[in-house]
Amino acid sequence: MEKDQDKLLNDVTSGEYKYGFYTDIETDSIARGLTEDTVKLISAKKSEPDWLLDFRLKSFRQWQTMKMPAWANLKIPHIDYQDIIYYAAPRQRPALASLDELDPELKKTFDKLGIPLEEQKHLAGVAVDAVMDSVSVKTTFRETLAESGIIFCSFSEAVKEYPELVRRYLGTVVPYTDNFFATLNSAVFSDGSFCYIPKGVRCPMELSTYFRINAANTGQFERTLLVADEEAYVSYLEGCTAPMRDENQLHAAVVEIIAENNAEVKYSTVQNWYPGDKDGKGGIFNFVTKRGMCRGENSKISWTQVETGSAITWKYPSCILKGDNSTGEFYSVAVTNHHQQADTGTKMIHIGKNTKSTIVSKGISAGLGQNSYRGLVKVLRNASGARNFSQCDSLLLGSRCGAHTFPYIEVDNQTAIVEHEATTSKIGEDQIFYCNQRGISTEDAIALIVNGYAREVINKLPMEFAVEAQKLLQISLEGSVG
Amino acid sequence: MLIISNLNASIDGKSILKGISLEVKAGEVHAIMGPNGSGKSTLAAVLAGREFAQVTEGTVTYMGRNLLEMPAEDRAREGIFLGFQYPIEIPGVSMVNFMKTAVNEHRKYKGLEPLSASDFLKLMRDKKELVEIDSKLANRSVNEGFSGGEKKKNEIFQMAMLEPRLAILDETDSGLDIDALRIVANGVNKLKKPDNSTIVITHYQRLLDYIVPDVVHVLYDGRIVRTAGKELALELEAKGYDWIRKEVNNS
Ligand SMILES: Nc1ncnc2c1ncn2[C@@H]1O[C@H](COP(=O)(O)OP(=O)(O)O)[C@@H](O)[C@H]1O
Ligand SMILES: [Mg+2]
Repeated sequence: MEKDQDKLLNDVTSGEYKYGFYTDIETDSIARGLTEDTVKLISAKKSEPDWLLDFRLKSFRQWQTMKMPAWANLKIPHIDYQDIIYYAAPRQRPALASLDELDPELKKTFDKLGIPLEEQKHLAGVAVDAVMDSVSVKTTFRETLAESGIIFCSFSEAVKEYPELVRRYLGTVVPYTDNFFATLNSAVFSDGSFCYIPKGVRCPMELSTYFRINAANTGQFERTLLVADEEAYVSYLEGCTAPMRDENQLHAAVVEIIAENNAEVKYSTVQNWYPGDKDGKGGIFNFVTKRGMCRGENSKISWTQVETGSAITWKYPSCILKGDNSTGEFYSVAVTNHHQQADTGTKMIHIGKNTKSTIVSKGISAGLGQNSYRGLVKVLRNASGARNFSQCDSLLLGSRCGAHTFPYIEVDNQTAIVEHEATTSKIGEDQIFYCNQRGISTEDAIALIVNGYAREVINKLPMEFAVEAQKLLQISLEGSVG
Repeated sequence: MLIISNLNASIDGKSILKGISLEVKAGEVHAIMGPNGSGKSTLAAVLAGREFAQVTEGTVTYMGRNLLEMPAEDRAREGIFLGFQYPIEIPGVSMVNFMKTAVNEHRKYKGLEPLSASDFLKLMRDKKELVEIDSKLANRSVNEGFSGGEKKKNEIFQMAMLEPRLAILDETDSGLDIDALRIVANGVNKLKKPDNSTIVITHYQRLLDYIVPDVVHVLYDGRIVRTAGKELALELEAKGYDWIRKEVNNS
């Protein structure tokens, strides 16, 4: 009976990646390998100021002294860091005057991904920065945003046009010494998005970045910096895809968020990197450092993530709750199917008084997938009145997959209240049969149950992406039944 | 409507159904009675298409088609409804969402458009009244935290929503107090149409005071050992199952 159930679940959870196309566009890339010269070359290609080159070189030297972390519950194959191309850019005419000048192949890629790059699609109300391989291709809606003083552009442009802002905030939340992958990123990051919301401004639309790895053997190391000044509000969404390739590709991004007094930042991710095929061949290694600093009083940072892709995910979007009365939130759905592995969770560091944090993590494992939640709730001595609530749920589809929970709690203040709840459940053959008996196919039954299970998190996504995320969940778990 | 012929089925190699034959015609109500463990639920499960019991011999014809070849969801869409002896909880899936999916899958199968949200909600309201179910239940997760009685009423509510051609009610009466029993039975009777058939599986005769069967079968150790009119139920009530047991074992 166990066997039948596994077969059943196996049949419906063996769907394949639907974004695996490769676009044939000319790229400008440098030779494989990483030395100080590589770092200098990247910086030179981007005509960067000296302070930034110094930041990169400092990071590179630090990185050379570091080892890949081994504490995660992941089986990571050997990665040859000298066999990776650290810079690849779609070749195009410099300085695009309008969208019409965009490489048509590139535009086709973004059309396929459903990214609203075209001006008319601006009606959709989403401003998009699209990053292909290493370079930010186009930021839409810039002028509209500029009217309210909002800066939303590629990281490289920000370095050129707003160097003082970038310099003030870069590395203040994720220092260049932070961890192996963040340090690597600090040395070789190529592009990413920059966003600054000035005092008192509520950003009138969702801001969005789409990342795509296209070129072969390329690592993607994007850097995102998001600053909400006092009383500002912004909701930001990040999406990502990659072509299907037999070899693994490395993705090591850094995202830094700063929220000043009374500011609020919502950061949502729909992560759909290529997960590898059914047999575990290929797929993206996703080693990402995301951290937000609630620097001001009453500030708030929420992370919402729907993680369905990547062969390996190593990712802990975190909040440092420094300002008094500040709030951190983490809502996560992580799916592992086939041979995917995920070790993901969050850190909530309570420093200020009356700081609050909420963690809702929903893991879904199918096939041979391994899903770990790893979370740290730390309350420092002065954080009186700190409160945390954590809910970690695991859902298993079949009996060959795994779910693991590693909650760490460190409390140095007696007035703090920290609550942790965890559940593990399994989609039972009896539940599926009950649905079947009401005329619902097994595939639809699983979608119904999974979406019900993930609803609390999906509901936190901006409306227009909730539907997309729901579909993605379905796609990543379903395939052909019978 | 339904012709079962020499049906044999086993679970994990153990023979459970040992040559069952019976015919249910359109419009008939059949009762299947018998002591615990005699195979009543297994028979219901086989008819509904649950795969844990393997059919080793025999045939089942439903509306002229080989029922055993149809996947469970198609059997449901073709009008077979099973009221579960132990309804299953599905946390996180609201009754509204569950029923909307079920109703629309039935409609799709018939080539109909999905119901609009307002039509669907109206349908829910009407059917809820029919089985007197608390309207709050509809917003909760499927069967989660429902009392035993609520679960059984919820089965009849789903039956009302799906309007089956052949309803198989597996011990829908067990665990109900007399008021709930009356509500459930009334619901079933109100849903009865001249061409629809019902198989009522029950342990006790009391449900049959409300839902009057045309035929009563006694299932014992995987076999139908007696078939008669509704008076058989009364006889069983008076004498218990022991005399059946003795008779079968003696012969
Ligand atoms: N899932 C199962 N696995 C193994 N044996 C089962 C299972 N379900 C029922 N049986 C066995 O099948 C026989 C008939 O059970 P069942 O059909 O539930 O009887 P009834 O509904 O008449 O009480 C019993 O001996 C029971 O132990
Ligand atoms: Mg039974």
